[in-house]
Amino acid sequence: MVVLKDETASIRSSDDIVRVRRIVREWAVSLGFSLVDQTKVVTAASELARNVIDYGGGGDFRIEALNNDARRGLRLTFSDEGPGIVDLEQAMKDGFTTGGGLGLGLGGAKRLVNEFMIDSKPGRGTTVVVVRWKNL
Amino acid sequence: MERIPILKMGRFLLVTIQVDMHDRLAMTLQEDLTDRIVKDHAHGVLLDISSLEIVDSFIGRMIGHIAGVSRVLDAKTVVVGMRPAVAITLVELGMTLDGVSTALNVDTGMAMLSASLEEREQLNGGSQR
Amino acid sequence: MTEQHSKVAQLLRKHERDILQQWLSYQISATTMRADLIKESDLREQSRRFLQLLTEVVQQNGDDENAGSWRSVKDMLAEVSRSRVAQGFSPSETATFVFSLKQPMFDMLRREVRDVEELGREIWMTTSLLDKLGLYTTEAYLQSRESIIARQQQELMELSTPVVQLWDNIVALPLIGTLDSERTQVVMENLLEKVVETGASIAIIDITGVPTVDTLVAQHLLKTVAAARLMGADCIISGIRPQIAQTIVHLGINLADIITKATLADAFAIALQRTGAKVTRLSGKE
Repeated sequence: MVVLKDETASIRSSDDIVRVRRIVREWAVSLGFSLVDQTKVVTAASELARNVIDYGGGGDFRIEALNNDARRGLRLTFSDEGPGIVDLEQAMKDGFTTGGGLGLGLGGAKRLVNEFMIDSKPGRGTTVVVVRWKNL
Repeated sequence: MERIPILKMGRFLLVTIQVDMHDRLAMTLQEDLTDRIVKDHAHGVLLDISSLEIVDSFIGRMIGHIAGVSRVLDAKTVVVGMRPAVAITLVELGMTLDGVSTALNVDTGMAMLSASLEEREQLNGGSQR
Repeated sequence: MTEQHSKVAQLLRKHERDILQQWLSYQISATTMRADLIKESDLREQSRRFLQLLTEVVQQNGDDENAGSWRSVKDMLAEVSRSRVAQGFSPSETATFVFSLKQPMFDMLRREVRDVEELGREIWMTTSLLDKLGLYTTEAYLQSRESIIARQQQELMELSTPVVQLWDNIVALPLIGTLDSERTQVVMENLLEKVVETGASIAIIDITGVPTVDTLVAQHLLKTVAAARLMGADCIISGIRPQIAQTIVHLGINLADIITKATLADAFAIALQRTGAKVTRLSGKE
């Protein structure tokens, strides 16, 4: 698998969420994603970027264009050094947040992408990596 | 500070969201709208999202919030113009927007608001605010 | 190695006409010959060219299978494969083009090479070479077939999923054929776009022409209905045949709040009612 190009950005405020959306949109368009696929991956990015701010206290974003055997895709990495997630399984469940859990963020975002990986330990921060392939 | 314009159309308020909203803007909109519903004795709110290419859970919650607040203030909210790609994504996200009425476009949305207003007036014996 | 190769090359050049003649007669008399699909003159031409290119490959003792002479013979075989696919040959019939050359080559080698060990080597090399090329032909054939199938699938998808407007505010999507996950998604997106275009408040999805519905397809259908609702339109699913109804219940799929009707006609009637339209019969007199 080859990484064609990458870009990073920091996520500190809600303005950065808009910026992340714009970057992901541009890249998705240039990779030739269908409109629905674009919408899905940009929305997933929005959810994950928001989590970085709401629960991570700010963090970083990286986007990479992938080429795997003639299949093109986007890999997004969201990382923060916040408090981490105590109960990962619970966090992945859907449900409106009452101020406690992570609401729709993770579970929903997972359904919008093809690959979803999360690494989080209390006290060690959280890293979420997602991949959306073109035409999959 | 930029704000999203709220237009008065008869007894309803029309809000057209045309920008990729950041959080502050969304908060301001909710506040402005609440004020205006009371000030203008509005009976309904038409929320036009036909320009929105992305509706994430935050915006979704905002929409639900607006619908909730207006209901308490005896106004009905109708969301119009949701794009297919957005609808498909919201379904995948798991957002059902329960309690939010939707219509395809401003025309049908207006018709819906008018019909609902008529219904309510009949119930109230034709009284006006 | 070089010596051996050039020997075969030499022999090929010397006996080209004979080998070609023999090879052709083998091909024509073989059970895989499809005289109905290809003219003898075309076959002759193809065989002649192949022999020529083969001689060059052997001559140059090319080990690099991507270099010049190999490239030429491979390209030629790819072309032959493509045309055979289009003409309706089977993969074996196509590969026989190359494999049938073995017999005349072996015959020639047996006549010309005296030394037993050398003969063994030459036959082995020839057979390896022709095996490689024969297999390449089959691969090229498969690739050609696959791209034709992909194109046909695309066309079929486009043809079989039209969205029709039945009346003001009412559109219908008559689905025909087996639905796979990919096609269903495309079709559903199409439906939603049409709903926006026509401003329809009711979309009827008719699945009379769908033989089976599995969980994945059912999920897509349900998601489409949910999406349409979010947009402000309602869906009615019609044409659910008994078997499909059983499958749906068996799979535990919940159609709770979706209107379902047995026929498209019933669905249309309901749709008219809900959109405030009515169909009346004119009186008998003109």
